Amino acid sequence: MSLRKEAARAEHMAGLKAAYPRAFGLSLSQKIRLTAIWAAFFTVLFFSLDYLGVGFTRIWNGLDRMGIIAGGLFPPRSGGAFPELMGALMESVAMAFLGTLMASLVAMVLCFSGARNILPARILRFSFRRSFDFLRGVDSLVWALVYVRAVGLGPLAGVLAIATSDVGTLSKLYAEAIESADKKQIDAIRAGGGNRLEVIRFGIIPQILPVMLTNALYMFESNTRSATILGIVGAGGIGFQLSDRIRAHRWDEVSFIIIMIVGAVFVIDMISRFLRAKLIHAGKRQVL
Amino acid sequence: MHSDRKNAAVIRFEEDFRKARAIQRVQFVLSAMVFATVVYVSADISQLSAERLWKAFPRMGDYIHRTLPELTLTHFFEDIAYWYYGFWRWLQLLFDTLLIAALATIFGAAGGMALCFPASRNLVKSYWIYFLCRRFAEISRTVPEVVYALIFVVAFGVGPMAGLFAIIIHSVGALAKLYSEVNENVDERPLEALKSSGANWFQVIRFGVLPQVLPHMTTYTLWRLELNIRAAAIIGFVGAGGIGQELYHAISFNYYEDISAIVLMIVMTVTLIDLVCERLRHRIIGEENLR
Repeated sequence: MSLRKEAARAEHMAGLKAAYPRAFGLSLSQKIRLTAIWAAFFTVLFFSLDYLGVGFTRIWNGLDRMGIIAGGLFPPRSGGAFPELMGALMESVAMAFLGTLMASLVAMVLCFSGARNILPARILRFSFRRSFDFLRGVDSLVWALVYVRAVGLGPLAGVLAIATSDVGTLSKLYAEAIESADKKQIDAIRAGGGNRLEVIRFGIIPQILPVMLTNALYMFESNTRSATILGIVGAGGIGFQLSDRIRAHRWDEVSFIIIMIVGAVFVIDMISRFLRAKLIHAGKRQVL
Repeated sequence: MHSDRKNAAVIRFEEDFRKARAIQRVQFVLSAMVFATVVYVSADISQLSAERLWKAFPRMGDYIHRTLPELTLTHFFEDIAYWYYGFWRWLQLLFDTLLIAALATIFGAAGGMALCFPASRNLVKSYWIYFLCRRFAEISRTVPEVVYALIFVVAFGVGPMAGLFAIIIHSVGALAKLYSEVNENVDERPLEALKSSGANWFQVIRFGVLPQVLPHMTTYTLWRLELNIRAAAIIGFVGAGGIGQELYHAISFNYYEDISAIVLMIVMTVTLIDLVCERLRHRIIGEENLR
């Protein structure tokens, strides 16, 4: 009786196993394949690391020095240069602000040439879009170095660098906002006898202005981060002091500057979040 | 009688409207004044004037003109070959750059995975573990890669290793934050089902959370790869490997035509990989929406 029950159960289980093989773990061939994939992955990983010169001895020796650096980071000290550092930090923030402002003003004009519903000529639009991609694809640090060579050391190079790479980003974002604008309002202006400019002014701009402002604020936040490093290539801001202290191995001042940067980024993020919430709120109230 | 009441309502409305408009106008004038002050102060701090700005543009145009190669139709291919005389070396450096970015993304994703679960409010009981993990992620992503690279170049020496570690640390922080935000939005029901059938914490994560969040994690990781390639292309500026070092030399020593050649190579690679990643992301998200 019990034997028969056991046999029936075994048969039942075998049936289940045949019906739902995945529920009983992987089959042997699957296991082999999976192992082979992971083995190949780790082999490639190992050789890639080796190719880049990452080795245990180098890491070990480096960790030794890293320990010294980490020990030197605490306690953070200003080294008596707090006013100078504060000025440089303000310069970074000012660079980010002016760069974003210039970029959004330029992008507000350029973006129309990248939008399908404004510029139907395909080749023209395509070339505008690709130029935006080019401006965006080159990092602001590269632009900063180029501007330093072209217009000299100082914050002007930083402002222009931020503005240049942001013109690309913002033009692209704004163009996408224009393309996704509600067609009904555009049609209404057109039906009321509005010309091309009036369509843009009364049909499109009221729709995309909040999007433009929020995106500009987002860019301001991220530019504050980039503006803190542009000084490394001499384009103004606190990056100069930071790289200077790192090269001189004054680690307590390095950590002090990093804390200042993190604090400034935090404050700017907060202001920007507040303004964005206000803008979105204002936009909603206007609809009502 | 009736028209009197209507008139009163209209008068009240007009009064309110006028008041609202007046408040709006005052608000507008005030914010415009604040804005103008901020612009003025910023311009003052960064020593920016219309005159200096105006002088900068022709110089920039001149600079860009100098970087452009001389291409003639009659000797087109010879000119291209002359322009890209260092093509194979630059290609190898570009390969290094991509490898740094790819490895940094892999290690960053692994680190982010390890950190994101204890940094999700709904997955850990202890507030302190959550708090510490979140702050750690925050600190490691707020400091720019280039700053880490500068420090690691001192510790580990000049070379790609410093850059790799710098981008890894930044990626870990950025990905841990994004991953944990996904984790906090998971459907709790499968988690409770697993817990009630006796699964431990790791099993809940593996079979309850991971299947839900993996598509989002993959899209975020691909997006990170795009950003890491951009970062890897510039960390060479501080001696941390990749094509950035070559570009830095070209700009510093005014090898004008090299600048345009290298920048064009970088931009084309970045654009190409962005396109591929975008396709992949759309495919992953599309699959997710179908389910």
